[in-house]
Amino acid sequence: MSGLRLLVGTRKGAFILTADGKRNKWNISGPHFAGWEMYHLKGSPADPNRIYASQSSGWFGQIIQRSDDGGKTWHQPGTPPGEPTTTPEGMPKAESNKFVYDTSSETGKPLTTHQWYDGTPHPWEFKRVWHLEPSLTDPDTVYAGVEDAALFRSTDGAKTWHELPGLRGHGSGSSWAPGAGGMCLHTILLDPSNANRIFIAISSAGAFRTDDAGKSWQPINRGLHSLHIPNPTAEVGHCVHRIAMHRSRPGVLFMQKHWDVMRSNDAGESWQEVSGNLPTDFGFVIDVHAHEPETVYVVPIKSDSEHFPPDGKLRVYRSRSGGNEWEPLTKGLPQRNCYVNVLRDAMAVDSLDKCGVYFGTTGGQVYASADAGDSWAPIAQHLPAAVSVEVQVLP
Amino acid sequence: MIRVTLPAQLRKLAQVDGEVKLEVAGRVTQQAVLDALEARYPMLRGTIRDQVTQKRRAFVRFFACQQDLSHEPPDAPLPDAVATGVEAFMVVGAIAGG
Repeated sequence: MSGLRLLVGTRKGAFILTADGKRNKWNISGPHFAGWEMYHLKGSPADPNRIYASQSSGWFGQIIQRSDDGGKTWHQPGTPPGEPTTTPEGMPKAESNKFVYDTSSETGKPLTTHQWYDGTPHPWEFKRVWHLEPSLTDPDTVYAGVEDAALFRSTDGAKTWHELPGLRGHGSGSSWAPGAGGMCLHTILLDPSNANRIFIAISSAGAFRTDDAGKSWQPINRGLHSLHIPNPTAEVGHCVHRIAMHRSRPGVLFMQKHWDVMRSNDAGESWQEVSGNLPTDFGFVIDVHAHEPETVYVVPIKSDSEHFPPDGKLRVYRSRSGGNEWEPLTKGLPQRNCYVNVLRDAMAVDSLDKCGVYFGTTGGQVYASADAGDSWAPIAQHLPAAVSVEVQVLP
Repeated sequence: MIRVTLPAQLRKLAQVDGEVKLEVAGRVTQQAVLDALEARYPMLRGTIRDQVTQKRRAFVRFFACQQDLSHEPPDAPLPDAVATGVEAFMVVGAIAGG
């Protein structure tokens, strides 16, 4: 192991933090893509130097960036630096920014509509990429979860993107409706034991699973109970904030919902609430210890209208029993006057022993624990609001 | 030669400093200028116009000769001063406020 690399996406650029295995001194590089919203950066498990990044802007739309040297240099796939920007036929490259929803092969018309705020049908409109999930085995294959909610895949290193339309084409697609934060597909979990199985989650629609590599999908929301929808136990419509799994036990899932922390022991077929003694079960992030499949982390947030920690105390809660019994982790975290949020993609764990845990806040702090959460220290303090945090252990 | 100015974010993406100069064959329209711009700097595709609809992105504006040309039809001729390179065609990011 040569070191660790932390990939931090913020509202105004990306930052890369590096450290050796002691994890007590971090160097910060950045901002990369200064001024742009960096929703997510993630490295390929098959090639740690291959990193994908989602760069977006309310003004100028979506850009996909790729690094092949661990974040030292970046390019838009399809237009590497130094290469001609057009094909020999004179056609422009840079299809990497292009996310086009599938249409019906029979009619050429949109597959379906979704429900707009006023209840009317509304066409899908691409806005941005929330989450990039590289394949576990192939550096050139990467999935993108986008807003309006859909799943795209690239098999050529993000040069071109194609939708997996079975998800939107699921019978419930026309009833999906955006929440206040937009209708985004934000979680993509690839099953390490079954290449055909993928879990995804969509804000205000819920969780879905495919067992045939994306051709067909089923909602997996049985057991969820949401008071913000007319039928609290509906098949879809639940505002899932994040799902996490442990690699060794991909059938066990943990979920942070709009309210409620949930657990499934059967790959999402059914869910049970495990909020237990949490001070509030609202929140965004959830993650699982790298070596202990029953150790789970959440950051409780006061409520859906007050997106900050209860009592001004930033506390990570850890359960060593797979939920229900939770302990507050406070050592090194601010315990007064703290009113930041921790967004859904802004927590990560490393695979060292002891397990490292990292999270970023909307106040621009990045906190790290090198002892599985027992103690914490800020490793960056004045960044723009953190949107995502990922960690890589480098060979 | 058509002169185009870009906002800082797009200059950085395109890796250019200052104005961009483009040859535009035929009628000089907003669409012809943007087609030429994107052909030369394909990394800008999708940043000024939507990739699919080719409509101007909501918070991008087009100014020239002290006029707001944002709502002009894409195939309408641009002012002679733009077509002859006297004035620049300006791609502008809208002010966000706050």
